[in-house]
Amino acid sequence: MRKYVPKDNVQKKAKYTDRYYVAPRVPRLEVEDELFAKVLENLAKDGVEVQDSFIEIDHLVIQIAPEDNVKTLTSLRDSSCFKTCAELSAVDYLAKDGEFEIFYLLLNHEKAKRVRVETRIKEGEAIESVEKVYRSANFAEREMFDMFGIVANNHSYMKRILMPDDWVGHPLLKTYPLQGDEAASWYEVDKIFGKEYRDVVGPELRDPARIDKYDTQRFARVGHEVPFGADPELVDKTETPIEDGYSKTILADYTKESKQLENRR
Amino acid sequence: MKQQPNKLNPFFENLNFERNDNTMVINFGPQHPSAHGQLRLVLELQGEQVVKAYPDIGYLHRGVEKMGENMIYNEFLPTTDRLDYIASTSNNYAFALAVERLLGIEDDVPRRAKVIRTMLLELNRIISHLFFLATHALDVGAMSIFLYAFREREFAMDLMEDYCGARLTHSAVRIGGVPLDLPNGWIASLTNFLNKLPEQIKLYEDLLTENRIWKMRLENVGVVSKEMAFDWACSGPMLRGSGIAYDIRKEEPYELYSELDFDIPVADTNDSYGRYRLYMEEMKESIKILRQLVSMYPKTEKKLMAHAPKYISAPKEEIMTQNYALMQHFVLVTQGMRPPKGTVYAPTESPKGELGFYIKSEGEPYAYRMKVRAPSFYHTGLLQDLLVGTYIADVVTIIGSTNIVFGEVDR
Amino acid sequence: MAQHQVNYASAGGLPVALTTADHLINWGRSNSLWPLTYGLACCAIEMMASGASRFDFDRMGVIFRASPRQADVMILAGTLTKKHAEFTRRLYDQMAEPKWVISMGSCANTGGMFNTYAIVQGVDRIVPVDIYLPGCAPRPETLQYAMMMLQKKIRRESANMNKNKKQRFI
Repeated sequence: MRKYVPKDNVQKKAKYTDRYYVAPRVPRLEVEDELFAKVLENLAKDGVEVQDSFIEIDHLVIQIAPEDNVKTLTSLRDSSCFKTCAELSAVDYLAKDGEFEIFYLLLNHEKAKRVRVETRIKEGEAIESVEKVYRSANFAEREMFDMFGIVANNHSYMKRILMPDDWVGHPLLKTYPLQGDEAASWYEVDKIFGKEYRDVVGPELRDPARIDKYDTQRFARVGHEVPFGADPELVDKTETPIEDGYSKTILADYTKESKQLENRR
Repeated sequence: MKQQPNKLNPFFENLNFERNDNTMVINFGPQHPSAHGQLRLVLELQGEQVVKAYPDIGYLHRGVEKMGENMIYNEFLPTTDRLDYIASTSNNYAFALAVERLLGIEDDVPRRAKVIRTMLLELNRIISHLFFLATHALDVGAMSIFLYAFREREFAMDLMEDYCGARLTHSAVRIGGVPLDLPNGWIASLTNFLNKLPEQIKLYEDLLTENRIWKMRLENVGVVSKEMAFDWACSGPMLRGSGIAYDIRKEEPYELYSELDFDIPVADTNDSYGRYRLYMEEMKESIKILRQLVSMYPKTEKKLMAHAPKYISAPKEEIMTQNYALMQHFVLVTQGMRPPKGTVYAPTESPKGELGFYIKSEGEPYAYRMKVRAPSFYHTGLLQDLLVGTYIADVVTIIGSTNIVFGEVDR
Repeated sequence: MAQHQVNYASAGGLPVALTTADHLINWGRSNSLWPLTYGLACCAIEMMASGASRFDFDRMGVIFRASPRQADVMILAGTLTKKHAEFTRRLYDQMAEPKWVISMGSCANTGGMFNTYAIVQGVDRIVPVDIYLPGCAPRPETLQYAMMMLQKKIRRESANMNKNKKQRFI
C-alpha cells in the first residue's frame, strides 16, 4: 500500500515535528496609538462593523466581513486619508478552515502609517471588486483570480494575467503541486508541436540529482573517476561498460559465489 | 530541410481585428530590441496616437511565491536575488528585513553588519540608476550614454564581486546580518570609485540635461498626476517625480537611515524629464550617504550576525569548535528555523520603488504565504492609463522612464 | 585554456588561396555571427554587459540585431516560461538558415533553480541547441568564450547545413 499523502495541502511539510512544540505568537497589541484609534473612530462613524482590530508589528489590522470591503476601503480612503492600496491578495486556508483570507495593505502618506484589512470568504464565493476605490486593484485582483480562482465582481477585465489565457488550474492553491500537474507539464509541447510529439520530446526531467551514466562527452565518468590532476585518457584505457558505482555489499547477488556471503550463511 | 509541422496559430486570439472604427492594432511583442524584458503591449492606434494600451505580462512568471512556500527561509534568499535582478541586494535585504521583523531581532543586528548592509544597498542603488540611465538613453536614441554608464557600472560591479563573489546575483545579506566582512582594500577602492563618479555624472548631465533633443523627447511625456500616482500605488521615483515627498528611508526608517544625513530629491513637473533629473540627483545623494558610511565603518566592532540561537546559526569559528553550535547549525540548515506564528509586511525603498515582503508564518519552517509586493507590477498597470493619448514614439520613452524590470512584475 | 586557443591562421581563419569552399564559407560565417537580442531575464543583463564597453563583443564581429530575419545565432539568455515558449519557437522558425542556438545560463539549459510549474525545463525541448553555457549568471567572458566555441564548431562543420547532424525531430 502506498503511503497516505494528504491531497488537500501538498505544501512541503517539516519532516520531523516536535510533539510538544507550541509555536509562539507574534504579539498582538491593543490599539493605543492615537492615530489608529482615530481610524477606528472614523470607521465606526461611517457605519463599518469591525469584527476585530489589533496592532501587529506596527501595522493596524482590521478584520471585517467580506460584504463590507468596498465600504471599509472607501471610508479609509476618504475619512482617514489612506490614499494608496499597496497590496491586495489572498491566502489559501482551504485545508484548515475551508476559507480564503483576503488582505489589503493600505498606506497613509502624510502620517506614514499602514493598515491591513483582512476578510475571509468561503470557497466558491466571490468578492466585490475595489477597483473603483483604488485603481491599483485592477492588476492586483486579476492576479488574485489567476493564482487562486477568486473572482472579483464588477471588475473591468477579469482575465488571467500571469499565466497563459488557456491555463488550467490556479497555481497558488495548496492543492496545486509546485512542479505542476499533468496539464502543466505538457503545455508547451501540446501548444507548439501537438499531442503527437509528446513521446518525441519526452517528459520533463525534474530530478536535480540525475546523472547520465553514458552521457555523450563522458563528463560524469561515473565509476571511472581518476585522481586529481591525472589524465583520464591514460589512466583508463579499457573500454569496459560503466558499472553501477554501488559497493558490492549493498548490491549483493545471492546466486553468485562470494566469500562474505558464505561466511554469513 | 523539410519544415517540421508547426501547430502555431497567431497568438492574437484575445484581439479583435475586424473593427468598425479605424484603429490599427499593433502588437509590441514580448521580444524587445530594447532592454526591458518581456513586456507585450497591445496598442490600438488612431493614426499615430495611442487610443488604448493593454499590457500583457506573465512571460517571466517563475512561481517565486510558490517556491517561497516550499523552501526554508534561508534557502529562499538566493531566489529573491532574481526578482529585481539589476540591484539584487535590495531584494535580499527586503526579505531579510521582513523575516527579522517577524522574529523580532531587527534591533539585534550588530552595528558593523548594519553599516555593511547600508553600504551594499546604496551601492546597488547607484548600479540600478546607472542601468536606468543607460537603457533609457539607449531607447530614446542616445546610444553612447549606454556605453559610458555601463563602464561606470563595471567599477561598481567589481566592488560587489570583491565583496561577495558574484556580479549580478549577490545573495550578500543573510537573515540576521551579513556573512562576510569587507575584504582588505575594499574601502579604499570604494573611496576611489566615489571620487571618480561625480565627474562622470557631471559628464552625463552635460550631455543630456540641457540637450534640446533630449528635452523635446522627454518633456511633457508620461505625465503622472498626483491622483494617478496615489491611485495606482506608485512608489519611489514615480511618486517623487509627481511632487509627493515620500521616501520610505525617511518616513519608515530601517537600518542606519535614521542616523544618516541625506536629502530627498522631489520633482514637480510630473513628466519623464523630471524623473530623469530625479534619478541623477538620487545618485549624488547615494554618494553622500556612502561617504558617511565609510567614515562610520572603522568605529564598529567586528561582529557580523545577530545572536539569536533559536533562529540563526553561530559564527563559523564556533561551529567548528563548539559541539552545541554544530548541532544547532545542523538542525537549522536541514530542517530550517521555526519563526513565531504571525504576519509581517516590511516595506523598503528599493531603487525602483516600494519593495515589500508579506510573510505569513504558521510556525512551520516553510512560510505559509510569501507575497512579494513589487513596485514594477503597479507601474506596469499604470501604463494602461499613461499611454493613452501619446504618440507611438513616446511609448518607448514612457516604458523606459517607468523603470520596470520584469523579474519583479511577473515574479 | 591553452588547448582551446583559436589559431586563426590554421583553423579555417585566414582565407588561403588553395582552400576549399567549405573553409571559406565557414570562415565568413563564423567571423560575423549576428545574434538575435533575446534577453529574457538576468542573463540578459550579462549579455548586454558583454556587448558594452568592457567586454566588447564587436571585436569578434558580433553585432546584436533585433529582427530574427537578420540574425544568425539566437542566444537564449534567461528563463523560458511556458507562456513564452511558442514565441521562442516562432522566432526560431523565422530565422533564416544557417542558424545556431546558444543556450545561456542554467535557466535556459535545464530550467535552473526554478523547478516550478511554469518553466520549460530546458530550452532544448523547444529548439535544437548547439552550445550550452552554464552559470547563473555566467560572466560576460564566459559568453564570449561560448561564442568562440561556436565559431570553432562552425569551422569544423560542413557548409551545407543539411549535412550537419542535428536533432532532426525538432
